[in-house]
Amino acid sequence: MKQFVCIRCPRGCRVQIDETTLETTGNSCPRGAEYAKDELTNPTRTLTSTVIVENAVIRRCPVKTDRPIPKPIVEDAAKALDGMKIEAPVRTGQILVEHFMGTEANLVATRTIGKREDA
Amino acid sequence: MKEYYELIVIGGGPAGLAAAISAKENGLNDILILERDQVLGGILNQCIHNGFGLHHFKEELTGPEYAERFIRELDGTGIDVMTDTMVLEITKDRTVCAVSPKYGYLTLKAGAVILAMGCRERTRGAISIPGTRPAGILTAGAAQRFVNIEGYMVGKRVVILGSGDIGLIMARRMTLEGAKVLACVEVMPYSGGLMRNIVQCLEDFGIPLYLSHTITDIRGKRRVEGVTVSKVDENRRPIPGTEIEFDCDTVLLSVGLIPENELSRQAGIPIDPRTNGPMVDESLQTQVPGIFACGNVLHVHDLVDYVSDEAARAGAAAAAFVKNGAANEGYRLVKTADNVGYTVPQKIAKDAQQVQIFFRVRRIFEESVIEVRSGETLLAKFKRTHMAPGEMERIALPKVLLDKAGDEITISAKEA
Ligand code: SF4
Repeated sequence: MKQFVCIRCPRGCRVQIDETTLETTGNSCPRGAEYAKDELTNPTRTLTSTVIVENAVIRRCPVKTDRPIPKPIVEDAAKALDGMKIEAPVRTGQILVEHFMGTEANLVATRTIGKREDA
Repeated sequence: MKEYYELIVIGGGPAGLAAAISAKENGLNDILILERDQVLGGILNQCIHNGFGLHHFKEELTGPEYAERFIRELDGTGIDVMTDTMVLEITKDRTVCAVSPKYGYLTLKAGAVILAMGCRERTRGAISIPGTRPAGILTAGAAQRFVNIEGYMVGKRVVILGSGDIGLIMARRMTLEGAKVLACVEVMPYSGGLMRNIVQCLEDFGIPLYLSHTITDIRGKRRVEGVTVSKVDENRRPIPGTEIEFDCDTVLLSVGLIPENELSRQAGIPIDPRTNGPMVDESLQTQVPGIFACGNVLHVHDLVDYVSDEAARAGAAAAAFVKNGAANEGYRLVKTADNVGYTVPQKIAKDAQQVQIFFRVRRIFEESVIEVRSGETLLAKFKRTHMAPGEMERIALPKVLLDKAGDEITISAKEA
């Protein structure tokens, strides 16, 4: 048995799930069963962070994975961004790294940043 | 340089943007947004995590993306924007004085004013922690700005006081940037943050949450060297003998937000001591005709989506005021009773149509019921399976129901 706090709604049910049968208890609705199953078998998270942006008026560009990536690689993925540099201009949604960390996800910019006038 | 606008919006964060766009959609053409930062978007620019927009756009966006959607909507609307412009004073007759490096000192008149200045963080002084006064103690929001916008790390070993959402978000952010977050310490027996953030920002990284605990000492001469954390009793007094020591170089405070109402107070706009925001009617008009308020300057919200919705209502109401002037046949007061901390609005015009009332409960409820009464008469009941102080509640009262009420209605909550 494993327990997860369901976060699909604010109620926060404590859902117990059996690791072999995937049967759940404690969820007040079917979404809780689905959540516990996902968390047990394939937990994923969207990574958000920043990278250095050059030739811009601000120093950091916020980024995200455009779809959730496996939870176990989130910390390594964040480390992989250390020291990464991009150049302005950049626009929201622009792909910075395709197949980030070998996943289906791309790393994309989440802010439109113009080029500094004197740059 | 224009000196008169139909509407001046003070603040270009999520509330100000949505209010201005809505006023335009409701027929005003002559709108100005005043923003003290160099860019629009307000606090959303530093909230780089995702989870915004699930209600409003039906998709999950980061803060900057959410802001950009609204900023792009401004294009082509003819709404004027002055950034880097600090409002110094507003008056009851809707004169707005501001200063900007580009235009100097400005005196503007408006047909209506919308207050959308947002809120600021409670600081250490506001809760007076014992101990020394070294460097390394900052609010979670200040840390968020340093890390996400300026690109500076603020510490290596971190203890977070308070479990508000910004503190939880920063626990994850600091961890991913390589810091060790030792603990999140909350004086109340429950967290003030969203469950989703407890799970994804603390539990995901094995960061312990100490409920009913607080920091009772901060050590360090120049830089924080450590803190003492103690358990508290039901009166929030530290219990001797329960001390835990942490060696840390940084303390982040996430101990609440306060609507930023210096300008409103100065203008003589009555403030509700429970929300720290202006008292408003159902159209979000303050006690001063023609001045409206929305977003976190009115009451602290937990979701930006609700800020946008509220601001859109304020924009529509301000447009109606400019076109039709003030008109109503008196008000009903909205009062609070058992377990309800405040309501917005605090009064409702007697000729109002359907009205939405927002409030927060004072403690956690499971199966429960919200009651709306007028005197002894029970007007309406709303069932809930879960309520918590960290989650804003909303009920809608139709006109037929309001017409049955006397001069007051009272909102209360109890176990079902
Ligand atoms: S199980 Fe259903 S009711 Fe319970 S928290 Fe999850 S979504 Fe909400």
